[in-house]
Amino acid sequence: MTAPPEFATLLAGILVFLVVATLVGRSLRARLAPDYSSPAIENLNARIGAWWAMVTLLALALLAGRAGVVILFALLSLAALREFLTLTVKSRADHWALAAAFFVVLPMQYWLIWIDWYGFYSIFIPVYAFLFLPILSALRGEVEGFLPRIAETQWGLMICVFCASHVPALLYLQIPGFEGRNVLLIAFLVVVVQLSDVLQYVWGKLLGRHRIAPSLSPSKTWEGFLGGVLSASAVGAGLWWLTPFTPWQAALIALLVTLMGFFGGLVMSAIKRDKGVKDWGHLIAGHGGFIDRLDSVVFSAPIFFHVLRYFWSAV
Amino acid sequence: MRQLIATIAGHVIALFARIVTAPRVIWDGCDPVRRQRVYFANHTSNADFILVWTVLPPPLRRATRPVAAADYWLINPLRRFIGEKVFNAVLIDRNPETRTDDPVAQMVEALDTGVSLLIFPEGTRNVTDDPLLPFRTGLFHLAGARPNVDLVPVWIDNLNSVLPKGEVVPVPLICTVRFGAPIHLETGETKDAFLTRAEAALLSLSGAEERAA
Repeated sequence: MTAPPEFATLLAGILVFLVVATLVGRSLRARLAPDYSSPAIENLNARIGAWWAMVTLLALALLAGRAGVVILFALLSLAALREFLTLTVKSRADHWALAAAFFVVLPMQYWLIWIDWYGFYSIFIPVYAFLFLPILSALRGEVEGFLPRIAETQWGLMICVFCASHVPALLYLQIPGFEGRNVLLIAFLVVVVQLSDVLQYVWGKLLGRHRIAPSLSPSKTWEGFLGGVLSASAVGAGLWWLTPFTPWQAALIALLVTLMGFFGGLVMSAIKRDKGVKDWGHLIAGHGGFIDRLDSVVFSAPIFFHVLRYFWSAV
Repeated sequence: MRQLIATIAGHVIALFARIVTAPRVIWDGCDPVRRQRVYFANHTSNADFILVWTVLPPPLRRATRPVAAADYWLINPLRRFIGEKVFNAVLIDRNPETRTDDPVAQMVEALDTGVSLLIFPEGTRNVTDDPLLPFRTGLFHLAGARPNVDLVPVWIDNLNSVLPKGEVVPVPLICTVRFGAPIHLETGETKDAFLTRAEAALLSLSGAEERAA
């Protein structure tokens, strides 16, 4: 599969952005804390470093086409699901259900995406995993905390596998006049949503005064939210040439996915607070875990997918 | 040749353990440096010592011998090879009726060759709801016999969910291994007082608040 020419343009733009961010991060360190003594600046540099890795990985997957994207997101789902299920309520009696979640449900969902069986992958986890995993747990006979156990496992599968799998599913939409360019839909979604996260962080750091939900997240402010969502939507409008949308449609859809992304972050923060952790994991330097980075994409991907499928797709 | 196979097998086992458990390692009171130590850990899963052994940096790993049950590791040739050659375990007989060697004497003998040890002072896997079983006395006798060796508590979190007793398929959840500050036997300290203090040192790692990154 050859990448469409717009992809190279977008990638060049992102590289310029990352180079500028890297230079800013390094010069902040050189000027304010050359002995690596400022945690905020070191965290910023670690985040930027991780961005280089994430952009490289996603770009390679998109260049590799369907196989690359399906495999990448299956692995991301695996990483996210392990972070999620590490924190959920479970007992030894759930061992088969947990093993089935990792080794049956997750591969099956991505296999259904791979063969483009829309009618089944849309209901496989909401119906079949939903019914059968509790049976596996019930067969082991342990009743204590049964409903929280099965409910939290199902919720983890919905978020980390079902919702996340809608990103690679975008490659299979058939949009008249857009054939062969579907990777750009993923690029648009991920760039707009992640840029919104970054811009919320930047606006929040610069102007943030009024907290939106202090009990959920100390870093989410109205200033960061409005500045981030609106500026990311403006960038999304400016990226209309990547998509089958007109500039106005691109702006509205960018607004929709950034709002979903914001609320995704809020919901996942609520779960983290409830479970008493600051980050979902430790594997992405400066960011925390995979879910910390994916939460907004995971919340926006199914909605983005359905809007496209309903209003733009031929089937 | 056997040693080469054992080294390779060790790396494969460590890699597998890393993939399955994505271990998070926290040195919270001592550093990963080469000092003679007795690491003492909670025991909830057969894979416990594999995980601790895996997260030790390779130079420390080579100089650390797990203390394990002979009745488990000598049961067939494959286990014997893994136990003796790959992990270089100090195999002790847990049954006081049949044993010919004194476990504490075996451990002291191993320490006197300069290596560190990894022991599970609960003596058996904990399948109860209590976080820790009462310690056996081995740790006290070891502390008395070689008082200069650092006794480092190691809390292993979540491995019992990855591979509960009786299961064969591991579930790839994230495990945490937290190394705490070393303790020593104080002069005149009684057995009970020392063991209580050692249990408390280990338990304090289990609920320790996540440190801000």
